Amino acid sequence: MAGTGGNSRTGYALLSPTLAVMGLALAAPLLLLAVTSLKSQAGIGFADGWTLAQYGEVLGRSSYRILFARSVGISAAVTLVTLLLAYPMAYFVAFHARHKFAWLIALTIPFWTSYLLRVFAWKIILGYGGVINSGLLRLHLIDQPLSMLLYNPFAVVVTLAHAWAAFAILPIYVSLEKIDRSLLEAASDLGDGAVRRFLRITLPLSMPGVIGAAILIFVPTTGDYVTPSLVGGPAGSMIANMIEVQFNRVGNWPLGAALALVSMVLVAVIAGLFVTAARAAAKAAR
Amino acid sequence: MKNRALFIYALGYLAFLYVPVLFLPIFSFNNSQFIAFPLTGFTTRWYAGLGADAAMQHALGNSLKVGLVTALLSTMLGLTAAKAVTQYRLRGAAAMLGFISLPLFIPDIVLGISLLLLLGLLNLPLSLASVVVGHMLVCVPFSITVLIARFEGFDRNLEEASADLGESGWMTFWRVTAPLMMPGILASLLLTFITSFDEFLVAYFLSGTEATLPIYIWGQLRFPERLPTVLALGAIILTVSVALVIAAEMLRNLGVKKPMVGA
Repeated sequence: MAGTGGNSRTGYALLSPTLAVMGLALAAPLLLLAVTSLKSQAGIGFADGWTLAQYGEVLGRSSYRILFARSVGISAAVTLVTLLLAYPMAYFVAFHARHKFAWLIALTIPFWTSYLLRVFAWKIILGYGGVINSGLLRLHLIDQPLSMLLYNPFAVVVTLAHAWAAFAILPIYVSLEKIDRSLLEAASDLGDGAVRRFLRITLPLSMPGVIGAAILIFVPTTGDYVTPSLVGGPAGSMIANMIEVQFNRVGNWPLGAALALVSMVLVAVIAGLFVTAARAAAKAAR
Repeated sequence: MKNRALFIYALGYLAFLYVPVLFLPIFSFNNSQFIAFPLTGFTTRWYAGLGADAAMQHALGNSLKVGLVTALLSTMLGLTAAKAVTQYRLRGAAAMLGFISLPLFIPDIVLGISLLLLLGLLNLPLSLASVVVGHMLVCVPFSITVLIARFEGFDRNLEEASADLGESGWMTFWRVTAPLMMPGILASLLLTFITSFDEFLVAYFLSGTEATLPIYIWGQLRFPERLPTVLALGAIILTVSVALVIAAEMLRNLGVKKPMVGA
């Protein structure tokens, strides 16, 4: 593909504006985030000198540890639920749907409503005077609205599983679509039943899509701010809420920076471990 | 039959995706301030209220501006980068592409606050321009993904023919490459525009006093009496986005046999 035509200098020249912008808008700010996390707040500025105090605070205080654990736990649950729900859907479109393109469009349309309002819709559904409660009341199944539906980690998981569904369906669909159909026929000809064929051929070959989807969902949901704010309540608040508080309300930027960096590294490490483990598992299963 | 079970599951899944979203238009026509069943009657007054809402219209204008500029800049950067990595053999291309795609793997809140820190250090004011920079971080990886898929089905002989016939590199780019890439470019423009138009968290940190539409909506969600109006706005956004997305998907698939890549 790279053939004889292009000399690499032109290639680098074409790539350089993008690299420059990303360097300036991504690398420099992240570096600054790291630098800031080594400072301490003094009034509206930073105190002189360097300190690891923020990291001591972030890693030492149990309330922060709980927040990290909850964020990761909620995101892991969201990722798992979303993948499990989306896989059969993607499988259906890839192997059995007659109008694939129409199905794909139909599946992506709900995701182009405002993200805020999509999340807010769940508040309408789960709320005290919401759809479920008013429905159950009218059916006389309950005589008082249930308050346990909203403002907890469960509400956050349901809402996020809905909000991020497309990020599971599309990558899984793409990897299923790529599977060479003759492999499936070969498996059948050699006597595999439908289940065995799925477990030995389809599932392992679709793992790249599953792993990709898991990362695409896990990373952003761990840092989600809108959903825990709207439907999480105090019991469902996540790390991004604390980062926002430190930046916008408390005004302790170094602590906010340390929280952000630790969560970013935590997410990256977990995602990395997951990808390694999932790849090894997929290989072993083959 | 297994197929039948899967088909029923697929319909159930569609319902799961659609029902929550459909509550927005349903309640936007409901003649009550309270977002609860039973519905009390039909009204269009919430839509009428939007026409008189100057703050909303200002925020809408801001979002259109930011979305347009973000889409143009991201697509330009995505186009050159996608061409570079698909048509030239570059050492370290994978690493550079990985670096450019990094924002996909960093929570938005981290992107937002780090840019906030940089602007503070440089003494630059928060403005719509800073929102554009933040949105480009999010949009450039999307644009590159769309455009790389397009370039991979691209016949380089056409460019070589143009060069052989005496066109310079830039003229070849504008007269041969760009027109052939047009469906991909338009798809990238639409996707990045919609992404920017809907982005909340990065804009929340970087916009200063100039609200974009999501920031305006966020502010309204705290006031129960404003909710029906916000839902009316949401229903309009849904309708327009759906039209745009269908256009984008059709363009992206025009002449490309590949299925949709990524999200």
